Amino acid sequence: MLSIKNLQARIGEKEILKGINLEVNAGEVHAIMGPNGSGKSTLASVLAGREDYEVTCGEVEFNGKNILELDPSDRAAEGIFLAFQYPVEIPGVSTINFMKTAVNKIRQYRGQSPLDAVAFLQLMKEKMKLVEIDQSLLSRSLNEGFSGGEKKRNEIFQMAMLEPKLSILDETDSGLDIDALKIVANGVNSLRSKNNATIVVTHYQRLLDYIVPDFVHVLYKGKIVKSGTKELAKELEAKGYDWIKNEAALV
Amino acid sequence: MSKDNQVLEEFTSKEYEHGWNVNLEADEAPKGLSEDTVRFISAKKNEPAWLLEWRLKAYRQWEKMTEPMWANVHHPQINYQDIIYYSAPKQKKSISGLDEVDPELIKTFEKLGISITEQKRLTGVAVDAVIDSVSVATTFKETLGELGIIFCSFSEAVKEHPELIKKYLGSVVPMNDNYFAALNSAVFSDGSFCYIPKGVRCPMELSTYFRINAANTGQFERTLIIADEGSYVSYLEGCTAPMRDENQLHAAVVELYAMKDAEIKYSTVQNWYPGDKNGKGGIYNFVTKRGLCFGDHSKISWTQVETGSAITWKYPSCVLKGDYSMGEFYSVAVTNNYQQADTGTKMIHIGKNTKSRIVSKGISAGKSQNSYRGQVHIMKRASNARNFSQCDSLLMGDQCGAHTFPYIDVENQTARIEHEATTSKIGEDQIFYCLQRGIDEEAAVALIVNGYAKEVLNQLPMEFAVEAQKLLALTLEGSVG
Ligand SMILES: Nc1ncnc2c1ncn2[C@@H]1O[C@H](COP(=O)(O)OP(=O)(O)OP(=O)(O)O)[C@@H](O)[C@H]1O
Ligand SMILES: [Mg+2]
Repeated sequence: MLSIKNLQARIGEKEILKGINLEVNAGEVHAIMGPNGSGKSTLASVLAGREDYEVTCGEVEFNGKNILELDPSDRAAEGIFLAFQYPVEIPGVSTINFMKTAVNKIRQYRGQSPLDAVAFLQLMKEKMKLVEIDQSLLSRSLNEGFSGGEKKRNEIFQMAMLEPKLSILDETDSGLDIDALKIVANGVNSLRSKNNATIVVTHYQRLLDYIVPDFVHVLYKGKIVKSGTKELAKELEAKGYDWIKNEAALV
Repeated sequence: MSKDNQVLEEFTSKEYEHGWNVNLEADEAPKGLSEDTVRFISAKKNEPAWLLEWRLKAYRQWEKMTEPMWANVHHPQINYQDIIYYSAPKQKKSISGLDEVDPELIKTFEKLGISITEQKRLTGVAVDAVIDSVSVATTFKETLGELGIIFCSFSEAVKEHPELIKKYLGSVVPMNDNYFAALNSAVFSDGSFCYIPKGVRCPMELSTYFRINAANTGQFERTLIIADEGSYVSYLEGCTAPMRDENQLHAAVVELYAMKDAEIKYSTVQNWYPGDKNGKGGIYNFVTKRGLCFGDHSKISWTQVETGSAITWKYPSCVLKGDYSMGEFYSVAVTNNYQQADTGTKMIHIGKNTKSRIVSKGISAGKSQNSYRGQVHIMKRASNARNFSQCDSLLMGDQCGAHTFPYIDVENQTARIEHEATTSKIGEDQIFYCLQRGIDEEAAVALIVNGYAKEVLNQLPMEFAVEAQKLLALTLEGSVG
């Protein structure tokens, strides 16, 4: 589904991604871990098409398409979803209105007719239940005055609404209390299928107890320096990153 | 007489007889402005002598005035002698189908979601559409008539209700109020008149839209709305369709008069031709709008969405004379390319316990300049007056300008005044967030801008709000990226 080859990217003069290789197949869950500032969010942003980052080298293929040539909105319509580490506030625009626009824009891209109000409401009710989110929150200005946890839950609600093929969750677990963490994880798990894939960026094993990854990768200084199974995450939890940093230094 | 009452000063009407000779058969007044032009217009319209005299008086005052230069707008000197002040309502060119209409215009209509029938009406196509509107207008008038509501063109009102016109014309905006008001008073062509009798709540939004003869009111419109005790009216000005007007100067006057317990809600969506991308052409929109809350507990509320015109100079104001009266001003002003807007309001608190609320949202893009200019004046007698002002500016790009000029005069120490102002930019983060959800850049800007202007748009009647939203998006098209 997603094939990243030797991806390098920089912002201004600063090289951040220094040759990422990653294959993600449909049905898989990949976890990306790594110390602060190693480039995890950058990778997510580059995949989503943020223009601040200049891709200097490499290829990214998504379902057979070279997505580096696509606009961010077209990538989204192709089925890439990014749950932001820091969701943005848009005053005066409710999540409902925001989602109505998004859903119909994506439908338009796919040559489908827009959802009417009734169908949209039905879809919304269904997804609200999935992530146990309240309608009153969705009627408020998008993310404005939301608590940290509410913002993250709102991201997962949006993911549920848009039914993406590839979801990238950037530290969706940080800021969530235990109950919210379970709810969000349940939401993600119930959206899992053999046709879609998930990349979870996280610092904590805790989330991976609920969203069990098929693969775990460690990103360090703009490179994936180690990959393994879910056991790797447990090892990191126990030992920290020093041993990996040392290993990387030896290479 | 105190300052308070200056605005209320009624005009004195002296009979004036004067022989003159201009060819009445002509469809147009000769270029330029003189007493003869004023007489020509008045005669063309078959006006009574008192009105001619009123116009002449205005003209003589205008002659002595100079064009105001304090607004933050720049334009070449207007040659007032190079304008034709009256031309008979043009015979509609007969167009047989929409395919003969400027395709640009049709494209705009489609973006606004205006129906084909409506498109035809606006471009002057097809007789049935016109007949359609006539019948709409007629049934409309009958319903209003049963309630004693008068709603007609200004010229009609001069003929049918001279006592009301005589009494209220110039009672809120005196003829010598300012340069453009004086000009309008001398040469106004037509406009709308509306009277709501005591205790009547007007059951529908009144709109010039329904009035066939409003189509050609021309450059110098005059509107007068009187709400008698305990009445209510909501009035929608103009049509949101782009008016490809060749005229350069528009100087309209709007007067609102609210008696005890009455409420007037006045909404405008202005979309005159703004000129092209390089700032060529476009309308100079110099408008005087003022409402008088004459009676206790009266209320006047202005809502405006200004997207058009090359230059907008406009300060819909409220004179809060009645105790406990209330004035509101909700405004969104968008400028793009080389447009200039200097707009805002004046809230003059005269009565006790008067309240005013100002919400102004400026949006500047391209190389445009957008200024908010507002005055809050609490007079001596106005104890416990309250004002709240919120003036926000949104910038798109770095070649445009946003300016705020708030003036606050307080003569009574019991006043409570709050003023908040913010300036923001559409964030790249916000745009990217939208893009990531599949919303393209243009739609993203539209969404963010409409969110920003929401508090004002919410004041508009439903269908109007929808069109206003689309207009905002249309005005800002191509302003990012
Ligand atoms: N706009 C920018 N300008 C300059 N440096 C940037 C910019 N964006 C990211 N960086 C730098 O790139 C590096 C990687 O940042 P990134 O946000 O991808 O890290 P991360 O792995 O997500 O970290 P965290 O775990 O703290 O979220 C950091 O050193 C960061 O300071
Ligand atoms: Mg990060």
